[in-house]
Amino acid sequence: MSRRSPYAASMLLAALLLTTMAASLFLGYAPLGVGEVFQGLLGVGDERYVFIVQDIRAPRIVLGAMVGGSLGLAGAAIQGLLRNPLADPSVIGVSSSAGLGAVVAIYYGFAASSAIFVPVFAISFAIAAMLVLVWLAGKDASILTLILAGVAISSLAAALTSLAMNLSPNPFSLNDIILWLLGSLANRSFTELWIAGPFMVAGWVLLLSTARALPSLSLGEDAAASLGVDLRRVRLQTVFGAAFAVGGGVAVSGAIGFVGLVAPHLVRPLVGHDPGRLLVPSALAGALLLVLADIGVRTIPGDAELKLGVVTALLGAPFFLWLIIYTRRSMR
Amino acid sequence: MIAAQNISVSLGTHAAVRNVSMEIGPGEIVGFVGPNGAGKTSLLRSLLRLVPVDRGSVLLDGTDITADAPHKHAQAIAYLPQGQSVAWPLTARRLVALGRVPHRSTWETLKPEDEQAIDAALAATDVESFAHRPVTELSGGERSRVLLARALAVQATVLLVDEPTASLDPYHQLTTMEALKATASDGTAVGVVLHDLNLAGRYCDRLCLMHEGKLVADGTPDQVLSDENLARVYRIGVRRDDRGDVVVDRRLSDAP
Repeated sequence: MSRRSPYAASMLLAALLLTTMAASLFLGYAPLGVGEVFQGLLGVGDERYVFIVQDIRAPRIVLGAMVGGSLGLAGAAIQGLLRNPLADPSVIGVSSSAGLGAVVAIYYGFAASSAIFVPVFAISFAIAAMLVLVWLAGKDASILTLILAGVAISSLAAALTSLAMNLSPNPFSLNDIILWLLGSLANRSFTELWIAGPFMVAGWVLLLSTARALPSLSLGEDAAASLGVDLRRVRLQTVFGAAFAVGGGVAVSGAIGFVGLVAPHLVRPLVGHDPGRLLVPSALAGALLLVLADIGVRTIPGDAELKLGVVTALLGAPFFLWLIIYTRRSMR
Repeated sequence: MIAAQNISVSLGTHAAVRNVSMEIGPGEIVGFVGPNGAGKTSLLRSLLRLVPVDRGSVLLDGTDITADAPHKHAQAIAYLPQGQSVAWPLTARRLVALGRVPHRSTWETLKPEDEQAIDAALAATDVESFAHRPVTELSGGERSRVLLARALAVQATVLLVDEPTASLDPYHQLTTMEALKATASDGTAVGVVLHDLNLAGRYCDRLCLMHEGKLVADGTPDQVLSDENLARVYRIGVRRDDRGDVVVDRRLSDAP
């Protein structure tokens, strides 16, 4: 396993991701030809093509890759920190807190006045939840306390989200909330990217900076500390990195489960189990998964557009099952 | 050299270590013995500042490091905790390479001296034959030896190991103690928690006998493993065989 190069895997995944993103430009409701897409990209020719390519397709592809990358990266870092292959960003409550923020924005009608409010609320709630988590889990708390506090926060956020739906003043906002919770990249613009993008990038930097500490943590906390790992710092980096990356991601795409859990498992057969070497390949796999799922959303025929969160789980779950059967020997 | 000066540690309301002073000099192998719950592990963890000390200080080569965070001095002090759990199926060699983490910056690859240290550690613990197998597929004893190799690979000036022979077969108990002895002879200060009194007596230069958090004896194995000490601390009556090893004879119902 140590001979499997994470660089080669990353290059391969990056090439696949770029190819898929490029292919995705050519797919959608409007049947654009190859030439029309290129004209649209370059901003020449028919204005409608320019609009479709630059304002409809490009933002959702770029956002899809960024959100998927955030989820994959955060999932790998959290599994490494918690030393648990079942962990994902939802374990520390970041996804549901960001979701609650967005629901509050929709429920109180902020979302109707400006699209900016959904991401702003989602990110604010995610950060607030992580501040509470770190305060609850305390300065020297164990990983177990961190998980339990995260689960408590997650449950509370889910309950408040349900409460908002329960008390929803009119069926339209209830519908908005439900559709948003199913996850989607439809009708997203570069405005969302400029709001949420910086948070995602800040989250990536924090999460990638745990690469040195995570492998040592495989030996347990005492041994990791004796190898020079600042446990408190790596916990804060992971928790806030996940809050920024996933909070920013959930803010634009809605709740998309599963990518954070599955992406690290997808790349382990390629790069091995070293949690530090897993970060970049897992981010790329997450991005690839979400861009693929979004292609599915746009090309599967039907009256209603399928929701991204639904398609991700539909694609991911069977594959995950196959992977469990395939790799169960090494996961013992 | 590492030293404890009047160290007291409490875990909750329980006084785990009471006013202990001892030191391990360079080139010396010091064994910590005592019954379960005597405070051996807590003393080791206090030297690493993994538990806060209530009173007293920890000195590393004469410098007071009591207030330093646990992750400081990773190049100087290597530690092998009890137990053999490893979270991920990393290969044995990759695991041992973690011992070089204190010597490298984040994205740096292994240098030739790192590779040498890893090879030496793999050889010293007799684990070369399964260096490329995932540690999760190894037996408990094999995994213990790989974890010891990880601690040896740090090549620190102080090495603290907690029960390294616990799950090993007799042959590898001896090779492990020989590896520690060899490490000490290179000038490393080695502190080792042991339950096997004869291994402790045979390989350690000095023994620290702990009982109820206190250091009750500190001296050569012959001085420390006296019949009176064993009766008082371990509540056992012993015989000696013809090479002087302790043979546990009977359980004493009460301390004399």
